[in-house]
Amino acid sequence: MILKKAEEINEKSTWQELTTGAEIYEPATSLQVNTGEWRVMTPVFKENQCRQCLLCVPFCPDSAIPVKEGKRLDFDFMHCKGCGICVTACPFDAIGFVKEEK
Amino acid sequence: MAIRDRLSGNEAIATAMRQINPDVMGAFPITPSTEIPQYFSGYIANGKVDTVFVPVESEHGAMSTCIGASAAGARAVTATSSAGLAFMWELLYVAASMRLPITMAVVNRALTGPININCDHSDSMGARDSGWLQIYAETNQEAYDNFIQGVLISEECRLPIMICQDGFITSHGVSNIELIEDEKVKEFVGEYEPENYLLNAENPLAVGPYGISPYYMEVKRKQAQAMKDSMPVIMDVAKKFYDMTGRKYGFFEEYKMDDAEVAIVVIGSSAGTGKEAVDRLRAEGQKVGLIKLRVFRPFPRIPLAEAMCKVKAVAVMDRAESFSNSGGPLFNECRSSLYDLDNKPYCINYIYGLGGRDIQVEDFYEIYKDLFVIYENDDPGDVYRYMGVRDSRFL
Repeated sequence: MILKKAEEINEKSTWQELTTGAEIYEPATSLQVNTGEWRVMTPVFKENQCRQCLLCVPFCPDSAIPVKEGKRLDFDFMHCKGCGICVTACPFDAIGFVKEEK
Repeated sequence: MAIRDRLSGNEAIATAMRQINPDVMGAFPITPSTEIPQYFSGYIANGKVDTVFVPVESEHGAMSTCIGASAAGARAVTATSSAGLAFMWELLYVAASMRLPITMAVVNRALTGPININCDHSDSMGARDSGWLQIYAETNQEAYDNFIQGVLISEECRLPIMICQDGFITSHGVSNIELIEDEKVKEFVGEYEPENYLLNAENPLAVGPYGISPYYMEVKRKQAQAMKDSMPVIMDVAKKFYDMTGRKYGFFEEYKMDDAEVAIVVIGSSAGTGKEAVDRLRAEGQKVGLIKLRVFRPFPRIPLAEAMCKVKAVAVMDRAESFSNSGGPLFNECRSSLYDLDNKPYCINYIYGLGGRDIQVEDFYEIYKDLFVIYENDDPGDVYRYMGVRDSRFL
């Protein structure tokens, strides 16, 4: 059985190239979708002000704040939609919020 | 040896379901299809089948059950009528776009307004654009045969299918039937083995994704192709069924069409009445014929046009209004299919039998008489007509 990979299907794919019923044959394919382009406002991570309390992480609706060895890193901008919830959640003013420039 | 019995159309469908022994049935009772889940529940209670029966809260739930079951990898069936089918509307499109093989017995009944429980085709004709295959029966025998074939057609095409019969006339009328042995039916439909299904842990699967504008149209085009590709599948399954039973099926049945001068195109039980009219008129030497359409979705445009072209004038009978002011759904598709042909017959429409209004042999005489007048005068007159309605102008 040959199962088409999600990464082989994109907005240039013809109708013949789509899977039957638009089925997706692997999990977690939303990681491949650049929803970051929806963003109008952008959060700015101010590393020097951050106390690594990690409150922002569970508040992020898009799991766009990566954590490594107990410390948060800069935003995953491929998936951050710029909702600003993290900005409000941060007790230390360590996340700025500016207009996206493209 | 085939088993001779006397069954109503509903019992015939329930018997087919028992022999198929599907994995899941989600159903909600609605007249006149109620007997199907009723009989089937009896089979479950008596241990005749091992189907999981889901007694849902509505038809919306019944179709959702079938969609979930089918996506999970199960063979799913249901039955409904009229408002029940209307309540499934949203899910009909979901099932078709997810390309799920679901076999649904539709017992045709008028849609409400005014409320009515009797036969017409407004329910399934309303669902004609939902992406479901549709096969119609004249008799209980055909309903039974179509249901058994429908399971295979649906699974082969990965398209859901409606197996339609006329409410009360066929569903409750008891007549002779030739049943197939249980083992033969089981062998005919086989085990359902989908390629991909949700319960298969080996291959994680996501179904029914959001289809944004860059994808939606391609998904629809692929669905349209599946409809097109179902034509040979329907014929292959009919051939396999013929080999088993000796009963022959196609997209439509031509009745005494070879030397016919005029003809009627009709769907469902009225075809039986029409054939009686053909026989009696033939005995008087009148060259009349009849085409009974079995497969409405996909619409067999080219072969049907060729069959209609054998005559000089055709009356297309619609047991459903479309309120288009230009005729019923069957008429519009039949007439459109003739457009490209050079020697096309006159093609007129009769709306008839709404809400269970009876149609008799004498009514067919009138239609054939009208067709001869059209053919002789070379003038179709108003093509959008009613049969069997009281009209002050003609009293």
